[in-house]
Amino acid sequence: MTATAEQVTFWIFAVPLVATATGVLLAKNPVYAAMNLVAAFFFLAGIYVLLVAHLLAFMQILVYAGAVMVLFLFVIMLLSTGDEHLVKERRRAMQLVGAAGAIMLVAVLAAAIADAGGGEPAPLAADFGTVKAVGRVLYTQYLLPFEATSLLLLVAIVGAVVVAKERI
Amino acid sequence: MALTYYLWLAAVLFGIGLLGVLMKRNALIVMMGVELMLNAANLTFLAFARQRGDLGGHAIAFFVIAVAAAEAAVGLAIVIAIYRTRGALNVDEVRALRE
Repeated sequence: MTATAEQVTFWIFAVPLVATATGVLLAKNPVYAAMNLVAAFFFLAGIYVLLVAHLLAFMQILVYAGAVMVLFLFVIMLLSTGDEHLVKERRRAMQLVGAAGAIMLVAVLAAAIADAGGGEPAPLAADFGTVKAVGRVLYTQYLLPFEATSLLLLVAIVGAVVVAKERI
Repeated sequence: MALTYYLWLAAVLFGIGLLGVLMKRNALIVMMGVELMLNAANLTFLAFARQRGDLGGHAIAFFVIAVAAAEAAVGLAIVIAIYRTRGALNVDEVRALRE
């Protein structure tokens, strides 16, 4: 199998992505876990670019690596005052049950992937994945879900403030 | 390049996220696992969008990102509220419905 440029780029992003995602689980300190997650989001954005999803790659960096992870870090800094944030881990037997469950799920997914087959990818339009093309789909075919999303975000903002504030 | 590579990457990422949810007790790490699982789902949507040349997958991935942001905001607010009332970050210690 000769390695094409796409394959090389795929592995350049995929290997650190899995490594940093594993780092989220292995990190003792939540701050290190969060930084690993930021790195994982950046590598995932690289994979998105490889999939000709340029707008989504930028959204990934702006929304996830930017907004969501800043939120996570804020909460970690807010709650962590010493070593008590190093939560004692679950009993070993429970961990093994969890690991077995995750492995079995991946096995099911493997069967589904084998069924998905593949074949040659469809030819892409010149503007595939650009702001213009995705925006046209969002504002025509998916207009109602798009507007519902704005409502959802409003509810989430108000809900977060109400839940987290000590006294309104 | 074959679709299966991306699907496998998404499956592995989803498995790692699920491991985090099932094995960790720190509520913040559990939420990071959920974020990883949502990202794996997004990767699958985009892989199929690329395969089929269909922008619908991009639209759905866009919604997933928006919903994940909302989920993170509300979820972290709940974590703060629980920490304030019970002083616990451990998801196993929060079982008020049971006791």
